[in-house]
Amino acid sequence: MDNAISFKLKIWRQASPQEKGRFETYELRDIPTDTSFLEALDILNEQLIEKGEEPVAFDHDCREGICGMCSLYINGHPHGPATGATTCQLYVRRFRDGETITVEPWRSAAFPVIKDLMVNRNALDQIQQAGGYVSFNTGGAQDANAIPISKVDADEAMDSASCIGCGACVAACKNGSAMLFVAAKVSQFALLPQGKPEAKRRVKAMLAKMDELGFGNCTNTGACAAECPKNIKLSNISRLNREFVSAKCRD
Amino acid sequence: MEEKIKTTAVIDSKIPEGPVAEKWTNYKAHQKLVNPANKRRLDIIVVGTGLAGASAAATLGEMGFNVLNFCIQDSPRRAHSIAAQGGINAAKNYQNDGDSVYRLFYDTVKGGDYRAREANVYRLAEVSNNISDQCVAQGVPFAREYGGLLANRSVGGAQVSRTFYAKGQTGQQLLLGAYSSLNRQIKSGKVKSFNRYEMQDVVMIDGRARGSIAKNLVTCKLERFAAHAVVIATGGYGNTYFLSTNAMGCNVSAAMACYRKGAYFANPAYVQIHPTCIPRHGDNQSKLTLMSESLRNDGRIWVPKDIEDAKKLQAGQIKGSDIPEEKRDYYLERRYPAFGNLVPRDVASRAAKERCDKGFGVNNTGQAVFLDFSEAINRLGIDVIRQRYGNLFDMYEEITDVNPGEKASTIAGVDYYNPMMIYPAIHYTMGGIWVDYELQTSVKGLFAIGECNFSDHGANRLGASALMQGLADGYFVLPYTIQNYLSDQITVPRFSTDRPEFEEAEERCQKEMDQLMAIGGKRSVDSIHKELGNVMWDYVGMGRTKQSLETALEKIKDIRKEFETNLFVPGSQDGMNIELDKAFRLRDFITMGELIAYDALNREESCGGHFREEHQTEEGEAKRDDENFFYVACWQYNGDDTKAPSLIKEPLHYEAIKVQTRNYKN
Ligand SMILES: Cc1cc2nc3c(=O)[nH]c(=O)nc-3n(C[C@H](O)[C@H](O)[C@H](O)COP(=O)(O)OP(=O)(O)OC[C@H]3O[C@@H](n4cnc5c(N)ncnc54)[C@H](O)[C@@H]3O)c2cc1C
Ligand code: SF4
Ligand code: FES
Repeated sequence: MDNAISFKLKIWRQASPQEKGRFETYELRDIPTDTSFLEALDILNEQLIEKGEEPVAFDHDCREGICGMCSLYINGHPHGPATGATTCQLYVRRFRDGETITVEPWRSAAFPVIKDLMVNRNALDQIQQAGGYVSFNTGGAQDANAIPISKVDADEAMDSASCIGCGACVAACKNGSAMLFVAAKVSQFALLPQGKPEAKRRVKAMLAKMDELGFGNCTNTGACAAECPKNIKLSNISRLNREFVSAKCRD
Repeated sequence: MEEKIKTTAVIDSKIPEGPVAEKWTNYKAHQKLVNPANKRRLDIIVVGTGLAGASAAATLGEMGFNVLNFCIQDSPRRAHSIAAQGGINAAKNYQNDGDSVYRLFYDTVKGGDYRAREANVYRLAEVSNNISDQCVAQGVPFAREYGGLLANRSVGGAQVSRTFYAKGQTGQQLLLGAYSSLNRQIKSGKVKSFNRYEMQDVVMIDGRARGSIAKNLVTCKLERFAAHAVVIATGGYGNTYFLSTNAMGCNVSAAMACYRKGAYFANPAYVQIHPTCIPRHGDNQSKLTLMSESLRNDGRIWVPKDIEDAKKLQAGQIKGSDIPEEKRDYYLERRYPAFGNLVPRDVASRAAKERCDKGFGVNNTGQAVFLDFSEAINRLGIDVIRQRYGNLFDMYEEITDVNPGEKASTIAGVDYYNPMMIYPAIHYTMGGIWVDYELQTSVKGLFAIGECNFSDHGANRLGASALMQGLADGYFVLPYTIQNYLSDQITVPRFSTDRPEFEEAEERCQKEMDQLMAIGGKRSVDSIHKELGNVMWDYVGMGRTKQSLETALEKIKDIRKEFETNLFVPGSQDGMNIELDKAFRLRDFITMGELIAYDALNREESCGGHFREEHQTEEGEAKRDDENFFYVACWQYNGDDTKAPSLIKEPLHYEAIKVQTRNYKN
């Protein structure tokens, strides 16, 4: 068939958090190259169900790179070989005919496996709960145009705010640090006047929570930013460090 | 056809007295409130963490209520609202282009083809301004001008620029704003968050909604939750069609649970088909990707004038960029000179179908039209266009391998860029659970907000108005109106989940799961769902007829039978079982599909997203029948999914707006 390839999938299967996992290898034939990688997994799952077996569990929802639900460590890269894209934005045309593609869950102490390729990323929510907000109650806002914000700052805050909370940065980091994820949120608020009043409290609370939940330390290897599907920049971490130092100085 | 069951129910929409512009103010001035000490004694279940659910849960928590908040994803931040691209409307008139609350109200009513409730829409337009204030205060990084003030753009169906946006990621930023407020309440303990939980049923005690049965999706076990009121914010039912722009997990199960408990389902036939989606590539397709409507601001939609050119495109012999300006038919600009490419979605979608049905489609399936940026790039330069749409161009390229920002040809001195290919797809559902002015369903103590209710968009929704409605409901409307209900509930003690009502509801849900596991047939959930989707798209899609709808009802009956007798769910109930979760949702999509068809069959007129081919003008425009169909169609459950529902009519009353024929031509 034109524009179709066949390949093997070596996939991590693990029935539950308690059980030991193992790799299983499956073969997919004549998959059109404009099929998305997750659609290829759908095809595999249909075949498994037809054989009476359980499908491979993996997380996904929007399938357009915005919800942060999909994960997968594909051929040694979180979200696979493409840069600036999530797993759900990966297409079969990225792979070669006859290739064996290895698919694993995120590996990190803070993200226990739930089933097969699905992990628990609740720790990321807990970090946000520690301080990733402006303390403001519904209703009391002033007019939206009351505080002008420079376009440069607004655009930069927007870039930081683009983090989809997928956890690829953690999976990519040899220390399992969530620093890029935390830095993205801290930066968004550090760049905006709305975030200023609580800036010091925020950065300390979020970092303390990150440590408490078993994420590793940041040693500036930069693997996180290289694998981030949303191109969240390392400069966010520098900004976080400055914010943290200045918060500490006030202690 | 089954015999119609007569019903004696009457509808009370509880619209406040007074002129339309004063109703909401009057309501708030006279409604009952709950004092702070009593709020602490009241528990509210909020199902859903999209814009509607997250904003409601956060606000109710801030007010002092105890909130139990559920979602099926692994985090509240991943609700489907995150995917909204284009923007959110507000009647700020920052651009000084003549906008006002009245104009936004008027545009929404007109856009909805005069099938929305006037009073609700006015309130929506009124609170729209609070929403943008609220979001800026939360730190939502909306796009700004160099002077530091907020930027706006216009989207389909409007002649003013009232849409606020954050790149092509507006839904994401608004949802993250609501999520941040929600997080603050979770930290304070006022909101308890249950992720990967799916509501399966509403629990009724003495005729009021008092709790829910939810499945922990990780353990596959049912759990019981009690509260003084239940709010559902579970989104739309677009996935009934299998392929849609909705996220994979979007489902109608919570709404169906409410419907089975007696909540009316209103206007199910009003389904929105979005004109600018990436065309289907094949049978393995799992969902359709929307290209933001904002692209229509600078993109021009066309097909070839000459059928021979179309045939060559379909055969892959030429490309769009080989066809020069004078041989292109910009059919929207031709048919609708006043609005051009910015006509509302239903009009744009049908116009694309009309051209493709006539053989002018531009890809191998014949089901695609071009969206072209050549003129805009030549006028403004590629940098400006990339600044506006860069991430959408990248997204398009990632999916199709074609870069719309790339120059492809020069003909007679004019540069042409690769056009995008687009085709309409199921996108949004205007119908939903019926609610009164207070957003309460026909079941006491049960509320519905956001896309899952029917309230504000009539027969068609304008761009950038769903985000507005979700946040209006969640931040500014429900937190008030629910108090009017709760004010006399303060002496009602917390219910124990050991009560027989909970026992019985849980048993019933468990039995249903056991049944699905026990069928032991041959078909996977998806294979049956795809079959349902094809029937819905072919017979209950963009153009409907009496005959197509009757065929659909027959076919869906067969699909239900196939589902009940030939489904296969692998695995067990000892832990997470994704196929079982999907089977449960499919059961409800089947019932929903029938409901859409029943309503479409009943509505012998064309309006907004509902187009009955028997009812069109000579020019092919929708022909409404105000004399006979100026009402909200409310469908009541008759005790069994296989029985036809009963119709109850809520007549519409317009005071402020004169009902007219929609006109986007001049
Ligand atoms: C691709 C796309 C782009 C869009 N762009 C725009 C735009 O630019 N402007 C605009 O105004 N509108 C846009 N819309 C429409 C808009 O995004 C939606 O209408 C809106 O976000 C719906 O919000 P919601 O809160 O009602 O529901 P959703 O965001 O769908 O949230 C539903 C919630 O309910 C939960 N849930 C569902 N079922 C259950 C259950 N049984 N148990 C427990 N929880 C459950 C889910 O987990 C989720 O948290 C777009 C839609 C799409 C598909
Ligand atoms: S920083 Fe990047 S990799 Fe990390 S969670 Fe955010 S989007 Fe994902
Ligand atoms: S499924 Fe939403 S980002 Fe991949």
